[in-house]
Amino acid sequence: MGVFRIEEADRPHLLRLLIIWVVLSIVGILAALQIHYPPYDQSVQGLDQSRTLALLTVLATPVFIGVVIMVLYSAIYFRRTTTELVDGPPMLGNTPVQIAWIAISAVLVLFLAVFGIVTLASSNVAQAVGTPGRSIGQSGGQTGSGTIGGTGPELQVQVVAQQWYFTYRYADYGGVETTHLYLPVDRPVELHVTSLDIIHSFWAYQLGVKADANPGVDNIFHVTAQKTGSFQVRCAELCGLWHGHMADSEGQVVSQSEFDTWIAQQQKDYEVISKAVPSYAPFYFPEPLLKAG
Amino acid sequence: MVVPERVSERRLSIPNNAITGILFAIPGYFAGVWLGTLFGLNDDQNTGVILGYIFATVAFLAGVGFLNYPFERLFGWRVSPLTDPDENRGVGRFFRLSLDHKVIGLQYLVTILIMLLFGGIGAMMIRTSLLVPDSSITPSGNYISLIGLHSVMMIFITSAVIVGPFGNYLVPLMIGARRMAFPRLEALSFWVVPPAAVILAAATFWGGFPTGWTGYPPLSEQASQAMDSYIVGFALIAVALVTSAINMLATIIGLRAPGMTWTRLPMFVWGIFTTSILGLLAAPVLAAALFMLTLDRTTQTSFFLASNGGSNYLWENLFWFFGHPEVYIFILPAFGIIMEIVPHFARKPLWGYRTGVVGLFGVMLLSFFVWQHHLFVSGIAPVLRPFYMLSTELISIPTGIIFLVTLGTLWRARVWFTVPMLFCMGFLFNFLIGGVSGVYLSDVPTDVTLHGSYFSMAHFHYTIMGGEIFALMAAAYYWLPKMTGKMLSPTIGRIHFWWMFIAFNSTFFPLFIVGLLNMPRRVSSYDPALVGLNRWVTISAYFLFGSMVLFAANLIYSWFFVARPALANPWHARSLEWQVPTPVPARNFERVPLVVAGPYDYGIPNARPVADLGGVVGATGGG
Repeated sequence: MGVFRIEEADRPHLLRLLIIWVVLSIVGILAALQIHYPPYDQSVQGLDQSRTLALLTVLATPVFIGVVIMVLYSAIYFRRTTTELVDGPPMLGNTPVQIAWIAISAVLVLFLAVFGIVTLASSNVAQAVGTPGRSIGQSGGQTGSGTIGGTGPELQVQVVAQQWYFTYRYADYGGVETTHLYLPVDRPVELHVTSLDIIHSFWAYQLGVKADANPGVDNIFHVTAQKTGSFQVRCAELCGLWHGHMADSEGQVVSQSEFDTWIAQQQKDYEVISKAVPSYAPFYFPEPLLKAG
Repeated sequence: MVVPERVSERRLSIPNNAITGILFAIPGYFAGVWLGTLFGLNDDQNTGVILGYIFATVAFLAGVGFLNYPFERLFGWRVSPLTDPDENRGVGRFFRLSLDHKVIGLQYLVTILIMLLFGGIGAMMIRTSLLVPDSSITPSGNYISLIGLHSVMMIFITSAVIVGPFGNYLVPLMIGARRMAFPRLEALSFWVVPPAAVILAAATFWGGFPTGWTGYPPLSEQASQAMDSYIVGFALIAVALVTSAINMLATIIGLRAPGMTWTRLPMFVWGIFTTSILGLLAAPVLAAALFMLTLDRTTQTSFFLASNGGSNYLWENLFWFFGHPEVYIFILPAFGIIMEIVPHFARKPLWGYRTGVVGLFGVMLLSFFVWQHHLFVSGIAPVLRPFYMLSTELISIPTGIIFLVTLGTLWRARVWFTVPMLFCMGFLFNFLIGGVSGVYLSDVPTDVTLHGSYFSMAHFHYTIMGGEIFALMAAAYYWLPKMTGKMLSPTIGRIHFWWMFIAFNSTFFPLFIVGLLNMPRRVSSYDPALVGLNRWVTISAYFLFGSMVLFAANLIYSWFFVARPALANPWHARSLEWQVPTPVPARNFERVPLVVAGPYDYGIPNARPVADLGGVVGATGGG
């Protein structure tokens, strides 16, 4: 430790700070681990986000505590005690300390980035693999017949956003359009998020899903629910007058058999309407784009 | 081409001031509306309204007197002496076009504080509306107009709140210059701000715009004529950013006094320098995007309309290419203020001066490579996301350097606990929370949950209000004695600090939790389960507003009612701006000073005074 020559005057301060820091950091990390982080565990992706949040808090706690105790320690111990103005010791800098600080922060940052990239790349958490929309020439507007899926292992569900509600189309079931989102448990789902007018954002909170709905774009997002129960759907991108009311709390994750019963019922209920609905396509353009007052 | 033998004695005899500006602006507006209605392609008046705002602004500037100089030169008349120090005394000079950087600084200060009052009232109305989980206090439409007005007004303010008043007033004094490099550009960068604020406020007459400050099309193309306020107002702020940046860069590069080497430059000047580079490069992109939006709204182009071959991603990319550097335009001068003020009250040299400068430049450079982290869930190509995640997280390294330099300066110091020092420490605490919460948002998996929620709202309020505004308060308590000649009351200042610090954290920390618990931004109706937290936040926000009222009271009380003139150097600081008398003479320095030492050489044995000033010298600094 030749380069880190610790001055005599620094020693008591450093020792005290180190003890305070270690004690408070252990307490802080233990406290951080007690918290249950949203969006909890209704889906594989949500659980992964919860875990990442916990990891970030565990890493951030010692950094936060370290800086705060440095500030408070300076405020208490390095306060001027005399009435007249006196100057402190002329310390102009310390290269090894600076290099160490930058190196430690770089290691932390690179660890976080690598961790994030690995999480992103690993297949079971392939959330928000949003492919950009196909270009308009490939599959044009309402007349497009880009019927996707049918036999794949993933259930294909299209989320259609418009001012100010979401509807859902099940490609594997004749493109039936429903007003609530039902998903079978333990089955990978491929959500195709698109919009009919302006930008919305499909946020299924408990499922850990958030994907912008852009007009003319098919934004793909993968999710696998692992617990049955209801979930909330909200719009997370400002979309005009009733943005705050663009919500639905009746989303359901159900068992496969319940799902089959439900979707059959939907197909029956909406049989008449289905004939008027445009055929299933990656995205749709309304005609014309209306200007509201 | 005949060159006139002698300069004509004729000169424009219109008395130019803010009132003639307003008198010019009103017919200007109607002329623009008439022209736009005559030639506009659509029947929705957007062309007329936009041209009206532009004509009104140009007419206002002409009325204020910006065209006098070019016309006088053009016709060979005698140039009006705008900088005549004898004419430019008295309160009237604040309402006229002045080329004195000290007058412009104070004009900026008062204008921005008035704007801040309106932005703050908007925030209070928003919080009041959120007392109940449905839209019963404020109807949904009014609520999103409020969001738009509050956000854009605050963006206008925070773009200029440090560079405008403090940058303009102090940069020449700190570098030993007698004036700015381009005083007319400097004046222009101020005089476009009041029209921008008025035009923005005019949006209320059209029912307000629904897009918040991001202005995402197609929503912004669907919006009413109120959107035109957003476009023209923001474009004027872009003009202010660019003109101010050019002027600051030229001044700092070209007008430093002899001996003011780059390594003796005060950190505040470095903060202004780096933020000016950002403003110069980022604001034109905003202007271009706004121009495209104008064309889309008025002449039926479709840059941003997917149904006609455009893409809303174009706006999102252009906007955030400006928008992310913009938030560092806010914070870099604040970093400069913290690193500037802390050594003076720690009574120690800045610890690691060069590293601190590298930190500022690191933040500046990286801020151009992070903008797509605002688009992680928008459906951008997945391969881009790891890069933007990495670059965003990398920015915490230079930001960490700012903390290192400040903490190193405090180490074994003799801290003099003044009000500015308290605000600096408050900054460190708040910005730490702001920075750490930024890491949560930079990580793609967690951003999926946090994006567009109150978590991100709390994050940027911690960095902007907890960071920039706390630094602004530190700057106000520190430099206003030089700028106004009056000390702000330190007793009220201490109460102000603790009140504001507690109210701020009590307001914004719960919003992280609110965001984690599924509350999106910009909604007037929310999950009734969150009503308790929201009421807590609203009441804290009222207290926070109260602390700002206390600051305003302190400012008015000490500026206008208490005859307690400040000493030339009340803080016994070494840096150059404190070595001139108070009030600062019209020409700043008797003669151009010869700088012989750095501004932070406290405690160094036999340290020389910072500069050889020649004639009259203020109280000398310590050391």
